[in-house]
Amino acid sequence: MHDFAIAFPEIFLAVASMALLMVGVFQKPGSSSGLVSWLGVFALGITLILVLSDEGRSVSFAGLFVVDSFARFAKVLILIGSAAALVMSQGFIKREGMDRFEYPVLILIATLGMLMMVSANDLISLYMGIELQSLPLYVLAAFKRDSTRTTEAGLKYFVLGALSSGMLLYGCSMIYGFTGATTFGDIANTLQGQEKASIGLIIGIVFLSAGLAFKVSAVPFHMWTPDVYEGAPSPVTAFFATAPKVAAIALFLRAMLEPFGGMEADWRQIIWLISVLSMLLGAFAAIGQRNIKRLMAYSSIGHVGYALVGLAAANAEGVRGVLVYLTIYLVMNIGTFACILAMRRRDRMVESIDDLRGLAKTHKGMALALTIFMFSLAGVPPLAGFFGKLYVFMAAINAGLYYLAIIGVLASVVGAFYYIRIIKIMYFDEPSEPLSLPIGKELGFLMTVSALLVALFFIIPGELVNVAAGAADSLFP
Amino acid sequence: MILPALAFYLFATITVACGVLVIASRNPVHSVLFLILAFFNSAGLFVLLGAEFLAMILVIVYVGAVAVLFMFVVMMLDINFVELRQGFLQYLPIGLLVSFILLVEILMVVGAWVISPEAASVAAAPTPDPALRSNVAALGDLVYTRYVYLFQAAGMILLVAMIGAIVLTLRSRPGVKRQKISDQVSRTRESSVEIKKVQPGQGV
Repeated sequence: MHDFAIAFPEIFLAVASMALLMVGVFQKPGSSSGLVSWLGVFALGITLILVLSDEGRSVSFAGLFVVDSFARFAKVLILIGSAAALVMSQGFIKREGMDRFEYPVLILIATLGMLMMVSANDLISLYMGIELQSLPLYVLAAFKRDSTRTTEAGLKYFVLGALSSGMLLYGCSMIYGFTGATTFGDIANTLQGQEKASIGLIIGIVFLSAGLAFKVSAVPFHMWTPDVYEGAPSPVTAFFATAPKVAAIALFLRAMLEPFGGMEADWRQIIWLISVLSMLLGAFAAIGQRNIKRLMAYSSIGHVGYALVGLAAANAEGVRGVLVYLTIYLVMNIGTFACILAMRRRDRMVESIDDLRGLAKTHKGMALALTIFMFSLAGVPPLAGFFGKLYVFMAAINAGLYYLAIIGVLASVVGAFYYIRIIKIMYFDEPSEPLSLPIGKELGFLMTVSALLVALFFIIPGELVNVAAGAADSLFP
Repeated sequence: MILPALAFYLFATITVACGVLVIASRNPVHSVLFLILAFFNSAGLFVLLGAEFLAMILVIVYVGAVAVLFMFVVMMLDINFVELRQGFLQYLPIGLLVSFILLVEILMVVGAWVISPEAASVAAAPTPDPALRSNVAALGDLVYTRYVYLFQAAGMILLVAMIGAIVLTLRSRPGVKRQKISDQVSRTRESSVEIKKVQPGQGV
């Protein structure tokens, strides 16, 4: 097939985002961003269809770009996550004075960057994808430019993101220097003959994984996460917690397993440590949080830790576990953030956990949905979150990583405390002043759909697991 | 053969010396001037390597555009550089520690350096013979053919940078008076002139 035909979904999304930019520019000044946003959702939908219409494995652009079922699986998740984030932000950006057409355009371009990340088959295209994804995110984090907190979040994210890119590039240059190749396949071929990896290559891998750990916000490179999640406008936080996480973890999997699959003994300990630290920090640091966005930041750090358990297993079963985990994580987070965005009182957003007091008496439906999400995030069976954890831990045990699985289970017990505390606050505390009533059609829809998916996942888990297994196998030819 | 070697050492020494002076000189304008000198000497090094096109681009783009822009920025900004350096001594020990560790690591890496025999054969983009393929054509092969995907991606990144700069800084201020030529031309006598009959001795 022709090079450009293989990358058709990406090309379509790039052209669509530029076309929407034009639509926005030529709109009447002061008109709402609603039109551009809904067209953006539409464009993401078409891209989704284009992604699904392809099959098999094809490499193009002289090995820079690859499409296989692993990439397709991640792309579907990313596109769903971005579309949900765009739908969720509708009400918020109108109320909070962020109603500018650049918002949906930046989300589309960030999504394009994520698609390029999961299709990267070369160190250079990996870096380009990451930058194309990160730059719009920095701008989005600072989008409410008159608020000091938001600007601080954007600046912090930018500086630390630039630092992590530097580490990533340093690692890439080391790897290039010691293998003479940048394409993943060529690196793997060069390494095949060597019985012992040189120290320079290992330093390169360490720096590469440190840079990628920054992007997925794994401990000890997580410091920016709570501040940025808290400071950024809520729909932007919802976006950060969903699609970019999926893209970064998918990229992490490919960048470790494809070129360095043969030397897993050398890097497994790094992933092991990052994963354990993330799970523990995610469980313990979230206990004292009062702000629900900050809590979700620590929660996402913990969940990255669980997902990395599957990478530490370094086999097809582990990757299958990670993909199932990411799918469920995405749905749970879309639902939870839809609830957070519905927390308004007298036309102002409230973010404190105490504002949820007595929610069960005033908003039955929302309290029920949030309860489902919290139980699922905690990993209580038979909700979806339990199955996500089950498949990763199973992979870890089958790969002989018993300690990792045990620490993971213990951490998720500790983590259950703060998820269940929210449920207790909603059901058993005295209601404070109730939240404003009309939740909004979009948020209500997203909440209902994700709650149903999470609650009823146990009926047919097999379908998703089979697709994920097929996707995982494509990483291990 | 001694002439190219002499030229190389001349250019290389001046480049490194200029690099040191860029960060050492107290006056920021002098720093920019040394930077320009460093660019020129690097261009000389490119010429010695047979990459004339890159040498010319370096002079035209970096000296002609970037460095001049730098100069503008440095002259426009009112930064007290003495104040900026105040924390320097305070952070010196930890900075030295970090750089020492990095140095040790790099020495370890260099010590383990083995050029594997396969490295040359898998090199991502081998340099073509300058006698067979001209500079510009060889560069075009890389940028517009082999790496066209990355070239387009870089274009998207620059587009994001532009959108971002506009989103974060452009403000439409109310009450600013702008010249609107169409409005001026389409003024009529009725909309602008009012005739009042003024009685003598009473004023308007």
